[in-house]
Amino acid sequence: MIEFELSDGQKNIKKMINSMAGGIMRKWARWADDNEHKRVDEWVNFMWNVLKGMGGGMGGMSSGKPKPAAEGEKKEKKIGSQNMQLAVTVEELSWGDGGLYLAMPFPGLGGAAVMAAGTLEQKEKFLKRFTGGSPKWAAMAITEPGAGSDSAAITTSAVREGDNWVLNGEKIFVTAGKNAVEDSEGFVVVWATVDKSAGRAGIKSFLVDHHTPGMKVTKVEHKLGIRASDTAAIVFEDCKIPLDNILGSAEVKKGFRDVMATFDATRPMVAASAIGVARAALEEVQKQFQAAGVEVRYGVAANNLTARERDLMMMEAQLKASRLLTWRASWMADAGIHNNMEASMAKAKTGRAVTWLTQKAVELLGPLGYSKKLLVEKWLRDAKINDIFEGTGQINTLIVARRILDYTRAELK
Amino acid sequence: MVSFMPGEDQKMIQDMAREFAANELRPKSHDADETDTIPDSVLQAGWELGMVNAVLPADLGGSGMERSAVTGALMCEELAWGDLSMAMALLAPALFAYPVLEFGTEEQKKKYLPKFCEPNFFRATAGLVEPYFNFDLSALKTRAEKKGNAYVLNGDKCLVPLGLSSELYIIWAALDGKPGYEKVAGFIVEKGTAGLKILAREKNMGIKALETAELKLDNLEIPADNRVGGEQGCDFKRIASLSRVALAAMSAGVGRASFEYAKQYAKDRVAFGEPIAHRQAIAFMLAEMAWEVDATRLLAWEAGWELDKKMEGAFKEACLAKLYGDQMVVYVTDCGVQVLGGHGYIREHPVELWLRNGRGFAAFEGMVTV
Repeated sequence: MIEFELSDGQKNIKKMINSMAGGIMRKWARWADDNEHKRVDEWVNFMWNVLKGMGGGMGGMSSGKPKPAAEGEKKEKKIGSQNMQLAVTVEELSWGDGGLYLAMPFPGLGGAAVMAAGTLEQKEKFLKRFTGGSPKWAAMAITEPGAGSDSAAITTSAVREGDNWVLNGEKIFVTAGKNAVEDSEGFVVVWATVDKSAGRAGIKSFLVDHHTPGMKVTKVEHKLGIRASDTAAIVFEDCKIPLDNILGSAEVKKGFRDVMATFDATRPMVAASAIGVARAALEEVQKQFQAAGVEVRYGVAANNLTARERDLMMMEAQLKASRLLTWRASWMADAGIHNNMEASMAKAKTGRAVTWLTQKAVELLGPLGYSKKLLVEKWLRDAKINDIFEGTGQINTLIVARRILDYTRAELK
Repeated sequence: MVSFMPGEDQKMIQDMAREFAANELRPKSHDADETDTIPDSVLQAGWELGMVNAVLPADLGGSGMERSAVTGALMCEELAWGDLSMAMALLAPALFAYPVLEFGTEEQKKKYLPKFCEPNFFRATAGLVEPYFNFDLSALKTRAEKKGNAYVLNGDKCLVPLGLSSELYIIWAALDGKPGYEKVAGFIVEKGTAGLKILAREKNMGIKALETAELKLDNLEIPADNRVGGEQGCDFKRIASLSRVALAAMSAGVGRASFEYAKQYAKDRVAFGEPIAHRQAIAFMLAEMAWEVDATRLLAWEAGWELDKKMEGAFKEACLAKLYGDQMVVYVTDCGVQVLGGHGYIREHPVELWLRNGRGFAAFEGMVTV
């Protein structure tokens, strides 16, 4: 049956996080924006204490591939709820603050890759550390100065030398990169090619532990928004890692699809985060309108509405539309239905919707919207990243287009 | 638990409507638009599938199925995908039957609902929209004033589906001409009642095949017993919301039709040596059309689900779903024409018809229900 009711568990989590986000996250939001890259200890320690008790908060995110039934387990398809739960959680955290959410000490995208493609040993070695000790981060390093959305063009190389892989190259735009490899005992997942002539098929991902010799953070970017989150450049110079630190098969021709499948799980979560930020902006506008006695007349024909009413209603409708597309993609992943197209739909639509919505919020509040007295201008800056990372709006549109047209990469470039 | 999977009954009705739309509606859509007529056989065939009477009570001759706005939305999308005029004509009798079913007095139900369970398509409708640029269904200009044991109605209506040929009408009017949803009441008017003036068949930009009429209510006097729900009246906010869900779902159907047609055309049409769909300029348009249609559908489902659960927020959800659908369908059907270029402008292809039909949604209120 078609249903839109969150489970009691999901409702409780939403409520709990909302109250936390409204407190500690909002309290530090402006400070973290003004003090780029400075760690907010109260927030980090608080979240670490929460997350380490939850196994790092990975919650078993899956990539939409049905898990093989264990022996003796019933064969009937069971619909999980991890991805939906995560979508609800991420929206709420990002409603608190999109930057602080990304700066949370947790396994993040790096952890998601290990969850999706790692062996049991790798999970033990790299994820267990998120259950105790001091706060830790994990990161994902894909982008290079000369390779963005065309991730197949990456040049960072991994060469086998005896019992090691040796990495050489430069990665940029690594979210939480400095936190993961220099400021904590975390790790980074690095995409590198084992055979440049093989193109995409030669690309593998490698687990690089914190403080590995030969790895160095060379720069931390100054950004438009999400300033609480560090975005690092990392250089690898003859960086040696154990042979076992490859994710998935070392065989050329296998694996890229697995790597890409991670995105089917993570893209809806980026969309969920965007929705949280945009919701915060929408709520602020509603609050200001209400305080000023501006009525929004639902149910009046659109051609009779004021521009203000119309904008506000469209903001609400766009937000709901984005959320429903995001929930659909998450629900599909939980149900074990291939969601590659729906994940990109959610991401592309939401990225664009929140960019529009947050700029509308600034516009509707006039000088107040532009002022740093409120967080609305910050939310505009924070929201924009969601139209860019984890695949730009254009790349995700391209994926949707290929899917609906049933075209290969060669047919639709 | 959140789920996007239609239930078994919902799937069955969706499949039935999809097949009917593909086999009966779509092939006749072009000629119906050109000739401004819907073949009676189409209405009869839809009637026999139980599109209106399946949810009427078994003791009055219906099938007694549970009425659900979500299920209705699934059906509306499919029918509108086939042809919007025909979809609206097929479901027009529900504009009378469903408010009576949900809010009517026992006498009203017994008197009128069996007519909708007869073997032949029964023509009935409702008049809501009024011919003013600032038409607002929460502030109707049509007034109803109580005079002794009767109501006297005065005003103008337009876009009344099957407005010329119906046997029964519900006329929506504002009590004493006062604004507010709670002041809107429905009045049962039988064909031929003095004061019910059927002016003319309208000529509109789209939904040409659908017979719509302009009505004039000229001191139309009817017994107080004919007020839907009697003295208690009915929940017009809910009635308006059910209609908005139906319209939003129909806008998704029209948009989907245009998207699918444009997609196929773009794959077949060769320019500069390869299909035009190989170009991002075309492919990106198609991608956006696809997700905008999906977004509208999901908004309609969610609003429908809230109405089924009788949730407080359902009214607002339905407003937003319709608002979104109104804008989406104009954008998407315009893209449909654009993808076909010059061919899209020619009436041999259906995309221009969908643009003309789609443009109407912003003006449509209460012309269909679930």
